[in-house]
Amino acid sequence: MRYLPLTDSDRQAMLATIGAGSIDDLFVDVPAEARLSGPIAGLAPHASELAVERHMSKLARRNLSAGEAPFFLGCGAYKHHVPASVDHLIQRGEFLTSYTPYQPEIAQGTLQALFEFQTQVARLFGCDVANASMYDGSTACWEAITMARRVTKRAKAILSAGLHPHYVSLAKTMARFTGDQLDSAAPSLTPGAPGDDMARLLDAIDGETSCVVVQNPNILGHVADLSELAARCHEKGALLIAVVTEPVALGAVRSPGEMGADIVVGEGQSIGVGLNFGGPYVGLFACAEKYVRQMPGRLAGVTTDADGQRGFVLTLSTREQHIRREKATSNICTNAGLCALAFSIHLTLLGETGLRRLATLNHANAVAAADRLAKLPGVELLNTAFFNEFTLKLPVEARPVVRSLADKGILGGVSLGRLYPGEPTLANGLVVAVTETVTGEDVEALAQALEAEIAA
Amino acid sequence: MSMNSEGRVTRPEISAETTAAAEAPATFTGNRALMLEEALIFERDDYARTGVDIAEAPAAANRLGGLERHRAIGLPGLPEPEAVRHYTRLSRQNYAIDLGLFPLGSCTMKHNPRLNEKMARLPGFADIHPLAPVDTVQGALAVIDELAHWLVTLTGMHAVAMSPKAGAHGELCGLLAIRAAHDAAGSDRSVILVPESAHGTNPATAAFCGYKVENIPATADGRVDLDALTARLGPDVAGVMITNPNTCGLFERDMKRISDAVHAAGGYVYCDGANFNAIVGRVRPGDLGIDAMHINLHKTFSTPHGGGGPGSGPVVLSEALSPYAPLPFVAKQGDGSFKLIEEETAGEDHPGSFGRMAAFNGQMGMFTRALTYILSHGADGLRQVAEDAVLNANYVLRSLDGLLDAPFGASGPCMHEALFSDDGLAPGFTTLDIAKGLIDEGFHPMTMYFPLVVHGAMLIEPTETEGKATLDQFVGALRSVAERAKAGDAALKAAPAMAPRRRLDETAAARKPVLVWKDEPLPEAAE
Repeated sequence: MRYLPLTDSDRQAMLATIGAGSIDDLFVDVPAEARLSGPIAGLAPHASELAVERHMSKLARRNLSAGEAPFFLGCGAYKHHVPASVDHLIQRGEFLTSYTPYQPEIAQGTLQALFEFQTQVARLFGCDVANASMYDGSTACWEAITMARRVTKRAKAILSAGLHPHYVSLAKTMARFTGDQLDSAAPSLTPGAPGDDMARLLDAIDGETSCVVVQNPNILGHVADLSELAARCHEKGALLIAVVTEPVALGAVRSPGEMGADIVVGEGQSIGVGLNFGGPYVGLFACAEKYVRQMPGRLAGVTTDADGQRGFVLTLSTREQHIRREKATSNICTNAGLCALAFSIHLTLLGETGLRRLATLNHANAVAAADRLAKLPGVELLNTAFFNEFTLKLPVEARPVVRSLADKGILGGVSLGRLYPGEPTLANGLVVAVTETVTGEDVEALAQALEAEIAA
Repeated sequence: MSMNSEGRVTRPEISAETTAAAEAPATFTGNRALMLEEALIFERDDYARTGVDIAEAPAAANRLGGLERHRAIGLPGLPEPEAVRHYTRLSRQNYAIDLGLFPLGSCTMKHNPRLNEKMARLPGFADIHPLAPVDTVQGALAVIDELAHWLVTLTGMHAVAMSPKAGAHGELCGLLAIRAAHDAAGSDRSVILVPESAHGTNPATAAFCGYKVENIPATADGRVDLDALTARLGPDVAGVMITNPNTCGLFERDMKRISDAVHAAGGYVYCDGANFNAIVGRVRPGDLGIDAMHINLHKTFSTPHGGGGPGSGPVVLSEALSPYAPLPFVAKQGDGSFKLIEEETAGEDHPGSFGRMAAFNGQMGMFTRALTYILSHGADGLRQVAEDAVLNANYVLRSLDGLLDAPFGASGPCMHEALFSDDGLAPGFTTLDIAKGLIDEGFHPMTMYFPLVVHGAMLIEPTETEGKATLDQFVGALRSVAERAKAGDAALKAAPAMAPRRRLDETAAARKPVLVWKDEPLPEAAE
């Protein structure tokens, strides 16, 4: 077995050192009735690389990958081009096969990279500080709500109708057990600003509110100014939590921090991390400096060594589960280290100049596509303000249309029927994402196929 | 160069004066030959540069609604060659399993096969969207279903929830299922019992989903105190969280009796499955009465740790808890195709589900790797994994007899990890000194000061992917360092002397935290 270095004679010599007669003697503490003697039911013996590759490749071929089709899916996960050097660098063994930097003297590479990541995220979001990453955007969002509860000592969170429905679903799951109160609403296909419920949010904030959670751009692609909402939150002693599921947008759009958000969380998948059918992704978490001791997750910080040289360590661990146990800010004891590294490398390659160019290209492609698709008979473009994603109202239900487009080799967007199965008023909505990977031919292919589907 | 029987490298002796890196002459660059210092990206004047060629955007009207970003963000950019060097240089300041033994107890650092990486990067897996039409991702659902099948089979359980994103997230999943089961039965039990030797995540998780936590003591032989636990059981106890094999490296012999007692009292048993690699193929937790257990795919099934993550923590469930498993859920249909049960159809197909605990479908990239690993090892290989992991740990335990105190050395064979204490070191010398001494010997130190039930704990987990020669060399190094600590060798207090950094001041970092780069010089950097 190629992954196991011990030979049978090694094993015999080692058993002799231990003073055991056989391997079974090392399992004496397992009660006899719980010991498995036979083979594992149905599992074949060990297999060669070639055999395993054949099996896995066969399964992979049963999927239609994003690169094989004109591709317009978004709603919280985006297809962007990732430079080849990103994947090459994260596959270096010293990154890929290292662990949590518990021994900082021999983990400076990971620690410095995390410190750079924290700085990039904080700057991108317009916040003072950021942590070393979370599981993904959705779990980061719930952690932000619990953090707002700790900061304000209140337990009523108001969720925007434009917040990703899976993020809402997760918050509802958790709130059922924690006793947090959630005030949420379904989005509407409002022409001009789909999914926007600014008036409802402004109206709902009161002295009991811990936080308002608003996504920007929202689930239907609409971008909004959060400044007034932030001011109202602060007037009532509540925190504004902003969620960013498409961080590339921040190369073009003002950051939530600049608009007054207290905590900004996000999904970093767009930068450096592939689609991967939903994971692993990388949760981004940033906030104002005064709340840092209430933050969940890991933090890398600066210090000096015995020679006075600058170095990096994990810090403020007294917030964490291994020290505070049931009083910790969160049960999280990891970060999405490798994905955070991929995010950071990609952002370092882009730099400010590249990110702005990338954002401009995304926006221009999206505007061109929106204008083309809005010309289709019976199709209405609902957004006036958007970044790289917008919502179309079709004259028919969108879900079967998306289904039929896939048969024609076009992954044509996310139907709101898939995201909001219980909301028939949204069934005609189609959310279309257009990034730098989409060509003019792709848009034309979608336009023509969509037109045919609607006419059918 | 060769190794003698103790694993010591036999080559001409180098005098102490010339090995002390601290005495090497200062260099102009701060570099020391192949050990290169690397500035932060923020310290270079690279704010106008980029390493990516991006097509010119076509002229189009701006529809950003007046929200254009005006201020600079402050993101430096590096051209590709410099970016590659920056991260390559950083990488060289890391220890990694590809470089050598990484004996972190309870963390399980084993070889990461590159076939796993290659398979996870097949476009059919890596480049598919979580909301793609379900019939365009049947191969991905087949991977989830196939992995789920093996996880259930290997653990002897009834079902598995695949979406938890890490071990601690899996704990949350298990406890939510327990709460949902009690809710469904109309019971409002409020307490979770946790042995004091548990991972810190256990009590934190219980608190995070609204439970009160009570600790259960350990016996003198390093196992859960069965009498104390059964005495505490009652109508307010929702469940018990136990780690087995436990964090002292021992198998909980009374596991079945504990489970029976908890069930008789109306509670459920959660097992922290962090250490499943010690028993895979030899013991099925389902046979021990476990109701829920997370499996850290990265530990038992070798997905990369990547400097901290990502993890993946599927949770296997007993029949009693299966109805409450989270969404989404993959189900095989009569015609062999797969269905993704989400909110829409949960009402009919999976009505008891406690809901969604992450946005999409779990850690697909980790599932591909774990399935690749399971198929590569097969039934015989997986059993050998547990056997070699346990053999290696016991070999380390016994090879250090008479040198380091092993508080539970007489409590039976250890499983996959060997536990020592700092008893017997010279006054003023601690576990920390041994750890830092090992760094200069070229090894990553063991887990320090965990579990908390042992003073100055040193928890060593060699794993099954280490050969005997490596273990002999490690034991030899540990012996040498421990003897120095017992003899009070002052030079050990200054270790590491040869790492990229000497001992780092963690107290100063916490007292005045600097968590992001500020453009003014950092006070710590000024000296």
